[in-house]
Amino acid sequence: MAAPQQQKLKVNGPVAVTANRLSDGVVVWRTAAGGWSTDLADAAVVTTAPEAIALLESASVRHTDAVGAYVAPVVVVEDGTVRPGNLRERIRVAGPTFTLPGALGADLPAA
Amino acid sequence: MPLIEKGRVVEDRFHRIGDDEALPEGAPVLIGIDRFLREAEALKGRQAPVGVIWPNDRPIGEIEPYLGQLSLIALGFPIFRDGRAYSQARLLRERLGWTGPLRAVGNVLQDQFLLMQRSGFDQIEAVKQADAAAFEEVVHRYSAFYQPATDERPSLLRQRLGRTARPE
Amino acid sequence: MYVYDEFDRAFLAERVAEFRDQVNRRLAGALNEDEFKPLRLMNGVYLQLHAYMLRVAIPYGTLSAAQLRRMAHVARTYDRGYGHFTTRQNIQFNWIKLENLPDAMAELAEVGVHGIQTSGNCIRNVTTDQWAGAVPGEFDDPRIWAEILRQYSTLHPEFTYLPRKFKIAITAAGHDRAAIKVHDVGLRLHRNEAGELGFEVLVGGGLGRTPFVGKSIRPFLPVRELLSYIEAIMRVYNQYGRRDNIYKARIKILVHEIGAEEFSKAVEAEWAAIRDGALHLTDEMIEEIRSRFVYPAYEALDDEPAEFTAAMADPRFATWFANSVHPHKVPGYSIVTISLKPVGAPPGDATADQMDVIADLADAHAFGEIRVGHEQNLCLPSVARRDLPELWRRLDAAGLATPNVNLVNDIISCPGLDYCALANTRAIPVAQEIAKRFADLDKARGIGRLHINISGCINACGHHHVGHIGILGVEKNGQEFFQITLGGRADEQAQLGTLLGPAVSYDQVPGLVEDVVATYMELRSGPQELFVDTVARLGVEPFKERVYAAH
Repeated sequence: MAAPQQQKLKVNGPVAVTANRLSDGVVVWRTAAGGWSTDLADAAVVTTAPEAIALLESASVRHTDAVGAYVAPVVVVEDGTVRPGNLRERIRVAGPTFTLPGALGADLPAA
Repeated sequence: MPLIEKGRVVEDRFHRIGDDEALPEGAPVLIGIDRFLREAEALKGRQAPVGVIWPNDRPIGEIEPYLGQLSLIALGFPIFRDGRAYSQARLLRERLGWTGPLRAVGNVLQDQFLLMQRSGFDQIEAVKQADAAAFEEVVHRYSAFYQPATDERPSLLRQRLGRTARPE
Repeated sequence: MYVYDEFDRAFLAERVAEFRDQVNRRLAGALNEDEFKPLRLMNGVYLQLHAYMLRVAIPYGTLSAAQLRRMAHVARTYDRGYGHFTTRQNIQFNWIKLENLPDAMAELAEVGVHGIQTSGNCIRNVTTDQWAGAVPGEFDDPRIWAEILRQYSTLHPEFTYLPRKFKIAITAAGHDRAAIKVHDVGLRLHRNEAGELGFEVLVGGGLGRTPFVGKSIRPFLPVRELLSYIEAIMRVYNQYGRRDNIYKARIKILVHEIGAEEFSKAVEAEWAAIRDGALHLTDEMIEEIRSRFVYPAYEALDDEPAEFTAAMADPRFATWFANSVHPHKVPGYSIVTISLKPVGAPPGDATADQMDVIADLADAHAFGEIRVGHEQNLCLPSVARRDLPELWRRLDAAGLATPNVNLVNDIISCPGLDYCALANTRAIPVAQEIAKRFADLDKARGIGRLHINISGCINACGHHHVGHIGILGVEKNGQEFFQITLGGRADEQAQLGTLLGPAVSYDQVPGLVEDVVATYMELRSGPQELFVDTVARLGVEPFKERVYAAH
């Protein structure tokens, strides 16, 4: 899963634009309204390369909100829920795949 | 772009002239390496100062035969992460004995000013106006320097020795 | 311990102020991310998958109890209550906020700790033997020289924007615990026939995409010439190292492309011009640095005190002692390794509470000093043998006495895809699952010394090339696969591992490692022949046959 920013844009299926919030690094998703949300459910989901490029460009205009925006695959399940499209994105949404050391780590939300 | 010399923003009296442009009569000029090498012999007779932009991928030792006819040497930072010109600057000052103006050009940002000053640059062409304004602050941000460099600020190794010799 | 003086303290405070200003400029938009990234990296700040990560240097692996306590405090206050010790004598905080970083750094700076040059294309944290100054048979304390290099390289005006990062390691003992042959520059401290102290200088070692074992370019460099010679190497590299391709920018590629001999000639020519200049180290300079290393006030103690002899009747203590305790150069004292690899836990992680316990134990039993090794374990370098039973009881109570040092489940692992933005695959859960397969430590002890190293990508932060068993994560069609190498080692006989065969899937890795180990147990000439020696004697073929037949 080479760093997605370096990949050529190929869109086969639903994608969203994601980044990390500048102030704290929290994972954020580009919304249709032109903002950022920490909730994948708010993400603007598109299915073609031109739409994805437009979304990415709109995400890169202001550089003080989010860092390192890129196009990430998502999966839209039957009830319309959006889920991360690969292991990397699942980990970005849900955190490391093992129990974090210490009680604090286990109790805190992923963000 | 603001030119900083000795801590102050100054007028750049050198005209930067392209390879195919005519040299303005009697005015100081700063030209690229290709033109300079091609016309070096003819330029010796020029009645006004000549400066050269020496690229960072050409060994700086090759400039030695021309030092006598130069009034300004500019070293380039094509991107600010490309640090070759720091070595070129130190070699020019410490090895080749260049005492004339040495200018940093290219992608020059305030966070590099101190490194440039310590490496022997005395002219800095800043990209951003705000960076030029911050010059005095950023080059005085540190009060101690661990290693000797071109600027001859004392390094800590020696400062500490001085203290050892003269106990407080 | 090295004691910082007012210069160092002023410098660190100034550095924090500078970074605070840079963060403010970034948040306000005066710096864009392209401009800010190299600046934050120079301070050890990365952006990972979920958050910013702060990497803090532990110069030459030496920490005071007060410093470790402050790290625990930072973990609790600004992070999620734990830290991760890396393979390069650093600690990483994985969940820190950019806006809080200047405050966290200011708190660390108060105890002389910082993240300066733990990233970026500069001279990185200089590493050495975690047993420096305590282990018998050293030619000198390598930390003196690491400290001289640390100071020399700190904010070096000429070498802050090198073609790529630059790592220097020093060893001063016969057995190399600092992996000097796989560093950009490796320094082996020794004495020449005249009894003078000097370094053998190796260059161009390294792991990553194109691994190389370093080449010796100077058999003996008098110690006084250390800085001028290093500056000559750096100057040649800064000017001629490749900048057209990030994967070919390390010094190892330059040395490989022009040859060690040509490279050495260029260095010698540069050195000839500067060796008598400002970098020549006088005896006074060296003594000044040496004088600020404060050594423990050792007592004259018995090697077999009654407390120790009595405790050896307890098989659990005796097992831990045999595994985790090493002879000290001073009679009556020992070097104690603290395993950060309890079976099934993320390798190298310590909770803030554990850090506090270790700091307290260091104060009570180890002259307030803690060490960090590249194996991602901690160490108390000077513990009186009479104190060992009490120390063990308290370590055990805190989950810090797993007697598996150097065993098959003392696994070295990078953070992998669970944290790292560069990773292709996970590494920590692979380590956890393998460790569980060998949870029977009696059995693990029967296997003997066996280093498993796991990297989640080709950048090789888990040093997989030099693992006795190396595991490298690669991506195939969006799935995690792993290549296995055998026979690597990082010590004085450094060697890169040999590929065993085709990559296997995530789920197959633990079973494959079990098969490799079972094959070794069958093929070894006896319990004295270590895994890596069996591989050296037989090659990988017999392993390949059995392992792939089974899968």
